[in-house]
Amino acid sequence: MSVKLTIIEQMEQIAREHGKILAPLKEDLVLADCGLDSLGFAVLVARLEDSLGIDPFTAAEDAFFPVTLGEFVKVYEHGGR
Amino acid sequence: MNMAGVEAPSLRHSVANLKAPGFLWDRAASARFTDLDRGTSLGPGISLAGRLADLAGRSVLLATTCQLTTALALIELDAIARRLVILPPDVEAEHLGAVIAAAEVDAAVIDDGTAAAPGLALPVRVGCAPSIVPMDEALPARVATEWLLMTSGTTGAPKLVVHDLSALTAAITAPSPADGAAIWGTFYDIRRYGGLQIFLRAVLGGACLVLSSAGEPVGDHLARLAQHGVTHLSGTPSQWRRALISPAIRGIAPRYVRLSGEIADQAILDGLRAAFPRATIGHAYASTEAGVAFDVNDGLAGFPAGYVGAIRDGVEMKVVDGSLRIRSSRTASRYAGGEPKLADADGFVDTGDIVERRGDRYYFAGRNGGIINIGGLKVHPEEIEAVINRHPQVRMSLVRRKQSPITGSIVVAEIVLKSDQQRTGARQIELKDDILKLCREALPRHKVPAAISFVPAINVAATGKLLRRQG
Repeated sequence: MSVKLTIIEQMEQIAREHGKILAPLKEDLVLADCGLDSLGFAVLVARLEDSLGIDPFTAAEDAFFPVTLGEFVKVYEHGGR
Repeated sequence: MNMAGVEAPSLRHSVANLKAPGFLWDRAASARFTDLDRGTSLGPGISLAGRLADLAGRSVLLATTCQLTTALALIELDAIARRLVILPPDVEAEHLGAVIAAAEVDAAVIDDGTAAAPGLALPVRVGCAPSIVPMDEALPARVATEWLLMTSGTTGAPKLVVHDLSALTAAITAPSPADGAAIWGTFYDIRRYGGLQIFLRAVLGGACLVLSSAGEPVGDHLARLAQHGVTHLSGTPSQWRRALISPAIRGIAPRYVRLSGEIADQAILDGLRAAFPRATIGHAYASTEAGVAFDVNDGLAGFPAGYVGAIRDGVEMKVVDGSLRIRSSRTASRYAGGEPKLADADGFVDTGDIVERRGDRYYFAGRNGGIINIGGLKVHPEEIEAVINRHPQVRMSLVRRKQSPITGSIVVAEIVLKSDQQRTGARQIELKDDILKLCREALPRHKVPAAISFVPAINVAATGKLLRRQG
């Protein structure tokens, strides 16, 4: 499964578990508006570490977080930066 | 409770008055401890020819490595040594100097296994062997003996908690003759408070005791317990969960099953009930500092709300800021060395154990210091473990903090399944979903583990408690 598909599946799964409704998951979707709250994102990052084997944010030396879904997927595709 | 001026009998004296012979069984050796009224296990010293008279009035470090020799030395030296400083096996060598200084140790009892640590270069060193030989010296004059125990905290230098024998034995009631001969067993080490309680219970009750041995596989220990026909068996919930996985559990049929040292959740109580349908199953609450507070024998987790605010068997409990506080004659008197006060001005010891009231019962939620902060919301790992442990396929679980770039922390769970085949089997994804569903139904969202992993084993510390890493 592609990285992008894994991320989208996990987002849908977490939204179901947390009783949230996701906005349509397009490349330019602003993550802050996607429907998941901060706890949802924390769970997403933890689960992606399980399935993809990396946590690019905790590993990063400076604090950064992508703005759009497309950027978020790229961070994982590049295994960090 | 002792009345002023009336001395409680020494341990040696109590043992001498027992009617039937009592035995202590270790993995490699055994001793008839009731012979100690006429004999001694303390032999020639290593650096000095020391015996009872050399240890009289001293602060004695019990640096014995096997529990059998420790047990004999305790019986022999109560009311003879000024202090008995009981060294648990897992105290790191770097802390030994601090222990010796804080307890003003000036003698050591050692056995064959004691390493030649430089810190143990004490004026008097006396060897102790599991064989009891006739004693040819008169008993030294009786002194009041302080018993020094180490706290079971897993980080930093241990604190030395000062007890006396009457406080340590205040919770022990005489066995009823109808109980018949008891064979006690314990998964604990008797050099910690929980194990020492069982040792004193057995020895004062004229029973025999099967001791545990460091590094002994659970199955071998259970086989020894079966061989001696154990009737009363005690351990932490983690130790019991490990024992229940072993096929050797089927060899034993204790009449009394006791849990203490950790939170006894409903799952482990039910698991023990299923394994031992006819046994009395009780969980006790005790801490090294506060002493034994209460026993619960109704098979349910938690304890009746009526225990708080009342005085029961000389034990008074109150809850302040969610934390259980205890005042009783079983409480330790102080910390040795320059440690802060053990009790508040009113004599209550803050146990640091957080309780929550639901209906007519209080339930233990976790340790005051073990709280995980998830984006500002507080979580006790123990409350999540209690929910996970309810799942029929789960044997034990450990919930821990994981760093999160978003909420600071998040909780993840490691789980040991009852059947190890399921860990890697085709159903594992389904099983994870099922456990998460149980968590979502029982817990608020932030307490549901972000990730679950199935592991072959979870580490249990030498104290019998789950090893909780910081971080």
